[in-house]
Amino acid sequence: MSTYLLCLVLFCIGLYCVLRKRNIIKIIIGLGIIEYAVNLFFVLIGYQIHGRAPILAKDQVISNMVDPLPQALVLTSIVIGLAVTALIVAIAIRIYEKYGTFDISKIRRLRG
Amino acid sequence: MKMLPFFVIIPLGTAFLVSLFGKKIRNFADIVANLGTLCLLLLSLYSIQLVNAHKVLVYKVGGWLPPIGICMVLDGLTSFMLVTVNLVSFLITIYSIGYMEKYTDKYRFYTLFMLLLSGMNGIIITGDLFNLFVFLEIASIASYALVAFGTEAEELEASFKYAVMGTVASSFILLAIALLYSYTSTLNMADISLVLSQKGSGVLVNFVAVLFLAGFGLKAALVPFHAWLPDAHPSAPAPISAMLSGVFIKVLGVYALCRVFFNILGVSDKIFFILVILGVISMCVGAFLAIAQRDIKRMFAYSSISQIGYIIFALGIGTPLAILGGLFHLFNHALFKSLLFLNSGSIEYSTGTRDLKRLGGLNRQLPITGYTSLLGSMSISGVPPLGGFWSKLIIIIAALQAGYFVSATVAILVSILTLAYYLKFQSYAFFGKLNEAWLKIKEGPGTMRFSMIVLAILCVSTGLLLIPILRPFLQSAVNVLLLGNGYKDVVFGAIR
Repeated sequence: MSTYLLCLVLFCIGLYCVLRKRNIIKIIIGLGIIEYAVNLFFVLIGYQIHGRAPILAKDQVISNMVDPLPQALVLTSIVIGLAVTALIVAIAIRIYEKYGTFDISKIRRLRG
Repeated sequence: MKMLPFFVIIPLGTAFLVSLFGKKIRNFADIVANLGTLCLLLLSLYSIQLVNAHKVLVYKVGGWLPPIGICMVLDGLTSFMLVTVNLVSFLITIYSIGYMEKYTDKYRFYTLFMLLLSGMNGIIITGDLFNLFVFLEIASIASYALVAFGTEAEELEASFKYAVMGTVASSFILLAIALLYSYTSTLNMADISLVLSQKGSGVLVNFVAVLFLAGFGLKAALVPFHAWLPDAHPSAPAPISAMLSGVFIKVLGVYALCRVFFNILGVSDKIFFILVILGVISMCVGAFLAIAQRDIKRMFAYSSISQIGYIIFALGIGTPLAILGGLFHLFNHALFKSLLFLNSGSIEYSTGTRDLKRLGGLNRQLPITGYTSLLGSMSISGVPPLGGFWSKLIIIIAALQAGYFVSATVAILVSILTLAYYLKFQSYAFFGKLNEAWLKIKEGPGTMRFSMIVLAILCVSTGLLLIPILRPFLQSAVNVLLLGNGYKDVVFGAIR
């Protein structure tokens, strides 16, 4: 149970980072932390202590196995996270070229 | 049944081909993209007939049976949404042939556009919750890139804001899926619904519902979560604004919300109540903020928030008539909002500005844009013979029948406000004295005029969807939502 709570704490740290930080790069890092927290939580759901891979072999009884499905899903989710991060970093670099700053309180041309 | 994966395969394949050969062969991107969307439109129209004949069709990806493998489901709601999306996207690709000439790298635009389309079609057609998340991310990433397509300072800023909020929303959705998987140990939508009905839903399912509401609500730009929309939608090129406001927020927000709440988790009175409150707040806030705007596209973006409020309000009432009104309004809004954004693109194409104060008297110079936008504005503000009137009328009657008197009054007042700001748009842009600077401007290319005229004709004629012959198109979609938990029985029935 405590591992799940720690995941939640990690998620909240990421959320705090996105909401409170003013530097664009730090916001992107915060997004990364949120993604990792969710991925970690997803993997932990299927994990068992001393569990093993669910590979079926002859004359073997597998009593304690790890659910492989969350791991496959998290792999997909990590790839998606990579694409999003790459795109946002590219946008951040272009923003720096246009505005000359990473501070979001100075990047305010859109109003209303 | 074999045709279901083609809703994803065609746009993905087109995106691949366009990105590969688009630069080398002239006009290749235009032709292939338009052929692709035309095929999708024909397929989606054919799917109406399939739904009439079979009710539900299930395609098993790779031949695995659903609780284990991924499946694609075609039912009334799916085919209704597919027609909406592909009709609008077909007209928008035609419009882009002329409009996107002023941008460099037109083929990249089409690549991203097709990725966006494949993501949306995938969300609509999939029957698997994680698959829905993957398609949602494909569509979202393509839309972040498309918002920044002009790479000017404002566009990048809007895109960054949108990308940050969109990623947080996606994380909420993924977290909800993880929790739901831990509770039901399955990802198939029908199977989740089955397990939930056997196991009963506890506190965890309520928490999951809240996470889904926050995630999809952010994608649909309901009011507490709306901050990204008025920046992101106006910054994109006009065809993309039309796509984002017209269908994107409806597929990622409203459709996904409906599917998850009505068919998987099951709706309770609490959820209905929350939807009504969110809908009414969105309606009012969107309308009040729209009145004050000077930028045409920004005004339309706020108006989108307001109209999405109507749809969510109608779904929250939850009676059969209200759901009919909500889905009908969704269809209408897809048509007239994309028409209005295309009009704003046409104004920007000819004059180079979107500022209402600098425009005026354009009716003489841009007659087609002027009259089509008049039809669009009248339809969205609910002037009687046009489509928007009927859907709003149905929503308000349903609200009165269900006893929501205050909300119904608010809906009527917001409708009057809508009329007010669209009249403001019309009088500032198209009536009055012509600004000296615009004496020599002309309408855009023929492709732009063609799609505006077609959309205007459709806006006028959507009221016909209520006559008995055409009504099954809407009614079958409504029936899927009314089915509620029975969705699982229908899907499992179609497998066996």
